[in-house]
Amino acid sequence: MAYSDKVLDHYENPRNVGSLDTDDSSVGTGMVGAPACGDVMRLQIQVNNEGVIEDAKFKTYGCGSAIASSSLLTEWVKGKTLDEAQQIKNTEIAEELALPPVKVHCSVLAEDAIKAAVEDYTKKQDK
Amino acid sequence: MKLPIYMDYSATTPVDPRVAEVMCQYLTPDGGFGNPASRSHKFGWDADEVVEKARRDVAALINANPKEIVWTSGATESDNLAIKGVAQFYQKKGKHIITSKTEHKAVLDTCRQLERDGFEVTYLDPEDSGLIDLKKLEAAMRDDTILVSIMHVNNEIGVIQDVEAIGEMTRARKILFHVDAAQSAGKVPLDMETMKIDLLSLSSHKIYGPKGMGALFVRRKPRVRLEAQMHGGGHERGMRSGTLATHQIVGMGEAFRIAKEEMPAENERLLMLRNKLWNGLKDMEEVYLNGDLEQRSAGNLNVSFAYVEGESLIMALKDIAVSSGSACTSASLEPSYVLRALGREDELAHSSIRFSIGRFTTEEEIDYVIKLVREQVTRLRELSPLWDMFKEGIDLKSVQWAAH
Repeated sequence: MAYSDKVLDHYENPRNVGSLDTDDSSVGTGMVGAPACGDVMRLQIQVNNEGVIEDAKFKTYGCGSAIASSSLLTEWVKGKTLDEAQQIKNTEIAEELALPPVKVHCSVLAEDAIKAAVEDYTKKQDK
Repeated sequence: MKLPIYMDYSATTPVDPRVAEVMCQYLTPDGGFGNPASRSHKFGWDADEVVEKARRDVAALINANPKEIVWTSGATESDNLAIKGVAQFYQKKGKHIITSKTEHKAVLDTCRQLERDGFEVTYLDPEDSGLIDLKKLEAAMRDDTILVSIMHVNNEIGVIQDVEAIGEMTRARKILFHVDAAQSAGKVPLDMETMKIDLLSLSSHKIYGPKGMGALFVRRKPRVRLEAQMHGGGHERGMRSGTLATHQIVGMGEAFRIAKEEMPAENERLLMLRNKLWNGLKDMEEVYLNGDLEQRSAGNLNVSFAYVEGESLIMALKDIAVSSGSACTSASLEPSYVLRALGREDELAHSSIRFSIGRFTTEEEIDYVIKLVREQVTRLRELSPLWDMFKEGIDLKSVQWAAH
């Protein structure tokens, strides 16, 4: 399968790989996917008092497109408010990375990951 | 050393230059281009002569009578001809067929088609080693079983089935026995005098011959009958019509002649290289060999690197031509059905790489591959949340995954 230059770039030089402290109340963690399906994405966001995402980290088990989708997502969510981050659509990711149809699910997973991370963060604030 | 390194010899092999040279002599106006079926002139007689020599060379590798060799377009056609041909000819005797879940698609899809035509097929589960338990095979045999089809060497995991023992069981029950030997001819000894195999599918391009060429061994004593699948000029004693492709046949013949001559030395060299590769990888954490190590063809190594996804690993190994399974299914995103049938969990089936080495693989290439694989698996594990969880001692099975 031929990958776009952008997928290759993110795959070979992934941005923001790593972990944040899951127990920190300013951190939201979203883990989506399943090993059985061949991809698992973990996205973590650090949110400041103004509700702006200051930092984002990811780790992904999956194909090159899944890794690229999550790497791109961390770049996009940084500096965004939680509301703005939740507006990110999988189609935008798929378009930016020129994902072929069989790989669109990777961008869907990325959209699910940011939603899950925001949800986790919000839940923590309610406590 | 040239990059990328070819390590996908189970998918196909390059034509041996010695084979290509011979093939070129049967194409052009000053070569032997005649139709082997032309009985009225020298062009035809000459072509027929080299076709029959090739038939002897192919027969010699498996110790068969040349009259038992039927030319086909490849092992897929041979499998179709053997299975459908037998099923249609012997259907009055019974309509039950036994095969295994780890067969090549050419066998599985042919059996599926026969099921639609009213036949009943039993698909045996192999053991975790990839080998068929002969007791389970015996238990599956019935009075109306007409055919057992079991491959010799598996294309994905390289394990060698005990076709000799299976042949004894089928012959004793007067059940016909078909063996797909596409991956084994020239790599594992085959002897039609001693093995009670009734039909044997052969491929040319897996053993340094040209693509688009194969053969089916059809036993004469006791005689095996087939319903032809290709009708026409009555070539190949009516079993497979169509003008014989002289240059292809000559290529297959020469490839098989070389294979017979060089097999002992070549196997020894391949085994040395394969063991070197495995020894260079097996001390890594969470690395699993798929399929039995002992009952295995020399050129095959199938390894799962847990917590790393196969497609991303193949992408990382772009300087090596490898596959995550068979070439026929590499376009699908599903994990290997062969590894699943072995009871491998999905994440291990998703993380498998098949290294298949061959005649032109060098020791230098093996060293390069070991280094690259180790680096890239480590890199991808640093990216993998599953690796983190494994390191934290979390049992992945205890996690509630949001399947999608």
